[in-house]
Amino acid sequence: MKKTQVAIIGAGPAGLAAAIEVARAGGEVTLLDENHKPGGQLFKQIHKFFGSREHRAGTRGFRIGEKLLEDTEKLGVKVLLDSPVYSIFKDFVIGYISDGREKAIQAERIILATGASENALAFPGCTLPGVMGAGAAQTMINVHRVLPGKKIIMVGSGNVGLIVSYQLLQAGADVIALIEAAAEIGGYGVHASKIRRAGVPIYTSYTIQEVIGKNSVEGAVIVGLDEKWKPIKGTEKLIEADTVCIAVGLSPLAELAWLAGCEFAFVPSLGGHVPKHDRNMETTIKGLYAAGDLTGIEEASSAMEEGRLAGIACAESLGLYSKEEARDLKEKVWARLNTLRTGPFGKKRRDAKDKLIEMMEGGADIG
Amino acid sequence: MRVKHHPILGEDKRKENVTIVVDGKKIKAIEGEPIAAALMAAGIRVFRKTPKKNQPRGVFCAIGRCTDCVMTVNGIPNVRTCVTLVEDGMVIETQKGLGKWRESR
Ligand SMILES: Cc1cc2nc3c(=O)[nH]c(=O)nc-3n(C[C@H](O)[C@H](O)[C@H](O)COP(=O)(O)OP(=O)(O)OC[C@H]3O[C@@H](n4cnc5c(N)ncnc54)[C@H](O)[C@@H]3O)c2cc1C
Ligand code: FES
Repeated sequence: MKKTQVAIIGAGPAGLAAAIEVARAGGEVTLLDENHKPGGQLFKQIHKFFGSREHRAGTRGFRIGEKLLEDTEKLGVKVLLDSPVYSIFKDFVIGYISDGREKAIQAERIILATGASENALAFPGCTLPGVMGAGAAQTMINVHRVLPGKKIIMVGSGNVGLIVSYQLLQAGADVIALIEAAAEIGGYGVHASKIRRAGVPIYTSYTIQEVIGKNSVEGAVIVGLDEKWKPIKGTEKLIEADTVCIAVGLSPLAELAWLAGCEFAFVPSLGGHVPKHDRNMETTIKGLYAAGDLTGIEEASSAMEEGRLAGIACAESLGLYSKEEARDLKEKVWARLNTLRTGPFGKKRRDAKDKLIEMMEGGADIG
Repeated sequence: MRVKHHPILGEDKRKENVTIVVDGKKIKAIEGEPIAAALMAAGIRVFRKTPKKNQPRGVFCAIGRCTDCVMTVNGIPNVRTCVTLVEDGMVIETQKGLGKWRESR
């Protein structure tokens, strides 16, 4: 059987950053991803990132991706593409498919960085062609350069909903309505004002009642909600549209962590069930690390930092760094992570993460 | 519809350089793009019909997770078209229900 020192599953921002850290410390890394190209969700993110200078704020996501790929290549990280991992067996044997065949590789350490998938929303007509994830639309326009439709309704005003609305406009589509069930916009004000300035009508306290159409979307009925989120009779509006994008959050893609036997915690503010981990991003299974959206939905910048932490800690456990060297490196990453996790949105995530880490140290369960 | 010009990504210089056959009709596509992108560019939205109620389905996640976009490709049913790249001469069919394997592959 093939062997590797460190196997990293998922070549998104978290997995790439982890690979770079392990390789930089002198470790031998194999990075596996199911896609034809590495980068995960990063190459569809054409907006400028926030954060400080160390986070390369002001740089667009896909440029950061290009740099990560350059570094992984320079450091000699082995990348296995078109290789979906289907399980993790005893003694860290990783089962994956390549060229239509089952293969296996055994690792001394594993870092899971499988990311997340988009949540769906159920309403009459939600299965009609033309109803899709906002991230799906983002993938189509920014990676494959095809418009999913011309007249688009966006459901959900979190950052993904706001960013993708703006990117749909940039790609030449018309975003004719942004619907948000809550009374207030969910995402950053900067993103919201950009699409407001572009003239996109924003309906807060509204939801989608149904999507109509014979073979694909022809329109949608939206309806106002009262304080108890109950539809208000008489507020229904029929909007003509050919596409409805759903941006109602992401869920960690945690199957492999479940299969490996990790203990989980249910943390709604991090997107649902996430594997418990400590400050080294090590899970309840020794030698198995997790990073990025898998350990809580955040954004690419924090995914990269978590990947770095996992990579450094993993290198330390292999004796590639002394305790002191690793401590200094990790402290720097934690400082950056903490600055990312500030503000009304970041603070919530930081608190949730702190609790998750406390649980590993024997603290109480999160309600 | 293709996004030819883009304020940030610039001009798309790729050419429609391969031909695929979709339900008997020839369609131009770009080498290296997923089947779903080529179909979307050609305005095709219904990729399959469900087994029991014969309802239409198309792309939902575009990253290979949901299996809503499966079609019969070169005689093989249930191929996720959003993560399968086009090849010149590929034969693609709208899938009915669970689809059928074709002998003459
Ligand atoms: C479609 C989509 C669009 C998004 N757009 C934005 C945005 O515009 N702005 C923003 O801030 N955030 C966005 N996000 C959130 C995004 O998840 C983070 O910004 C960041 O990409 C998370 O990084 P990651 O490395 O944890 O995961 P990802 O970038 O998702 O990378 C995980 C990688 O692991 C691979 N993988 C998963 N399971 C397996 C397996 N079993 N075997 C092999 N490979 C596997 C995946 O295919 C993927 O390549 C988006 C998320 C999605 C799903
Ligand atoms: S659209 Fe979800 S798998 Fe293809």
